[in-house]
Amino acid sequence: MRIHVDMDLCQSHGQCAFAAPEVFSFDGDDNLVHAETAGESLRDALERAAAACPVRAIRIDGPAHEAATGEPVA
Amino acid sequence: MSPRFDGPGIVVVGASLAGLRTCTALRRLGYDGRLTVIGDEPHPPYDRPPLSKEFLAGRADGADLSLPGAGLGITWQLGRRATGLDLTARTVEIDDGALFPFGGLVIATGSAARPWPAPAPPAGVHTLRGLDDARSLRAALRRDGRLLVIGAGFIGSEVTATARGAGVEVTLVEPEPQPLRRAVGAAAGEFLAALHRRAGVDLRTSTKVLSLDRVREHTGARLSDGTDVTATAAVVALGSAPSTDWLTGSGLDTTEGVLCDRHARALLRDGTPATDVVAAGDVARWPHPWADTPGITLGHWSHATEQAEIAARSLLFPETPADYRPVPSFWSDQYDVKLRSVGFPALADSVDVRENDPDTRRLDVAYYRHGRLIGALTGNRVARIAAYRSRLATDLEGEAGATAAAGR
Ligand SMILES: Cc1cc2nc3c(=O)[nH]c(=O)nc-3n(C[C@H](O)[C@H](O)[C@H](O)COP(=O)(O)OP(=O)(O)OC[C@H]3O[C@@H](n4cnc5c(N)ncnc54)[C@H](O)[C@@H]3O)c2cc1C
Ligand code: SF4
Repeated sequence: MRIHVDMDLCQSHGQCAFAAPEVFSFDGDDNLVHAETAGESLRDALERAAAACPVRAIRIDGPAHEAATGEPVA
Repeated sequence: MSPRFDGPGIVVVGASLAGLRTCTALRRLGYDGRLTVIGDEPHPPYDRPPLSKEFLAGRADGADLSLPGAGLGITWQLGRRATGLDLTARTVEIDDGALFPFGGLVIATGSAARPWPAPAPPAGVHTLRGLDDARSLRAALRRDGRLLVIGAGFIGSEVTATARGAGVEVTLVEPEPQPLRRAVGAAAGEFLAALHRRAGVDLRTSTKVLSLDRVREHTGARLSDGTDVTATAAVVALGSAPSTDWLTGSGLDTTEGVLCDRHARALLRDGTPATDVVAAGDVARWPHPWADTPGITLGHWSHATEQAEIAARSLLFPETPADYRPVPSFWSDQYDVKLRSVGFPALADSVDVRENDPDTRRLDVAYYRHGRLIGALTGNRVARIAAYRSRLATDLEGEAGATAAAGR
C-alpha cells in the first residue's frame, strides 16, 4: 500500500501516530514524518489512522482499498 | 443482513459528526437497510472545530467544513427537530408533528452552548456552537472594535486568540484564577494566561461578569472587579450542555447526558439497556474505567468518531458488542501554539510540569492520580504527546486483560 499525506492540510494533530505508530511519527519541530509504503498487515491500522485524521489529510492507495476512497463530499 | 431492522430501518437523530460516523460504520459493517438522518440544522453535516479558528479568521468558508456523507444511501431530513421519543411505539416525533418509526435508533444530538443565565442577554450577545452562530459572530468582529469574551474555556480561549490574530481588541473575563483551570490545572492555565497577555489581551481572571446591557450599538458589561467594559461585540462561552430535551419522558436516563453502558447502548432509568437504541458523541454519558462516576461526558472530536464506531457495532451485533474504553484525546489551537491532550488531566491529583516556557511556546505537563499517569497536555510538542498516549493505551489494555482474567 502507498501512503499519501497532504502536508498542506496536515496540522500535526497526531491522531495518525496514535492509530499507526509504525508508520507515522514526528520530528523535533512537530512535523509529521511517515513511511511511503506499508505491508498489508498494517491495513487496519492505516484505515483507522485515515479515519482518525481530523483534516482528512491521509490517503491510502492499494488494490483492496479503492472502493472506500475518493468519496465525494455531501 | 439484520432482518431486525427490516421495514423502517435505522433512524439517526443529529446530523453531525457522531451521527454521520455512525452511518459510515453501519454501512462498512454491512448494514444495507434504510438509513434516515434527522437534523435540526438546515446544513448538511459539517465540522465544528474550525468554527472558532480558521472559519472565524476568514481563512475557511462553509464549503471547506463539509463532512463527507455522500454515497452512504442516507435519507436526509434536515431542518427538522426531534421533539419526542416513544420507545413503546418505536417512533421519533418531529416539531411539525410527523412521526418517524424506527427499528434501531441512534441518538447523536450533541450538545448546545450554555446560554447566559436569565434574564436573557441583550441583542448583540453571541454564543458559538454552529455554522450560523459563527457566521454572525464573524460579521460582528470589527478591527476597530472591542470583543468581550465571557469564559476562558476552550471556545472562549480560541475565539480570543482568533480575534486577536485578526487585530481585534479583546477583553477576556474568567471567574477562575487561570484559563481552563478545571480542565488542565493551574500550571498549564498560567501558560495559557501568558499567551493571552503577550498577545495584548485584556485578561481578567478571578473576575465575573455581573450584568450585561446594550447602549445603542454597544454591549456594556459590569464586572465584579468594579470596572465596566464597553464592547462592539460579546460572546458568552460558558461551556455546553447535552441536547436531551427531546428525550424527556422517554424512559431513558438523561441526567447530564444520555446514560449509556460501555457498549454505547442507551440505558433506561432502571439501568437496563433500551432495545436497539445507542448513543454517541457529546450527548452521551458513559462509564470509563478510570473515572469514579457512573458516567462522564466528553466534548471532543475524536470521542464522537470513536464512540460512533462502537455504537454501530452494538446495534448490528448485539450478541457480541464491543467495549468502549478509549484514551481520550483533544486538540486546541491558540495563537501559534498547538495544544494536544491525552487521557484525563482533569482527574489528576498531582502534576509534573516538565516544560513551561511561553517564550519558546512549549509546554509539557504530565498528570498523575494515585501516583499513576492519567493524562498529559503539551504545547508544540506533538512527538511527546504520542509517547504519552501509547503509555496510557498500554496501561488501559493491561487493565482490560487483568479484568478479563479475573472473570469480571
Ligand atoms: C466552536 C467549536 C470548536 C471546537 N473545537 C474543537 C477542537 O479544537 N478539538 C476537539 O477535539 N473538539 C472541538 N470541538 C468539539 C467537537 O466539535 C464536538 O465534540 C463534536 O462536534 C461532537 O459531535 P456530535 O455529533 O456528538 O455533536 P454535534 O456536533 O453537536 O452535533 C449534534 C447535532 O444534532 C443537532 N440536534 C440537536 N438536537 C436536535 C434535535 N432535537 N433534533 C434534531 N437535531 C438535533 C444539532 O443541531 C447538531 O447539528 C469544538 C466544538 C465547537 C462548537
Ligand atoms: S492525523 Fe492528520 S493532521 Fe494529524 S498528524 Fe496525522 S495526518 Fe497530520
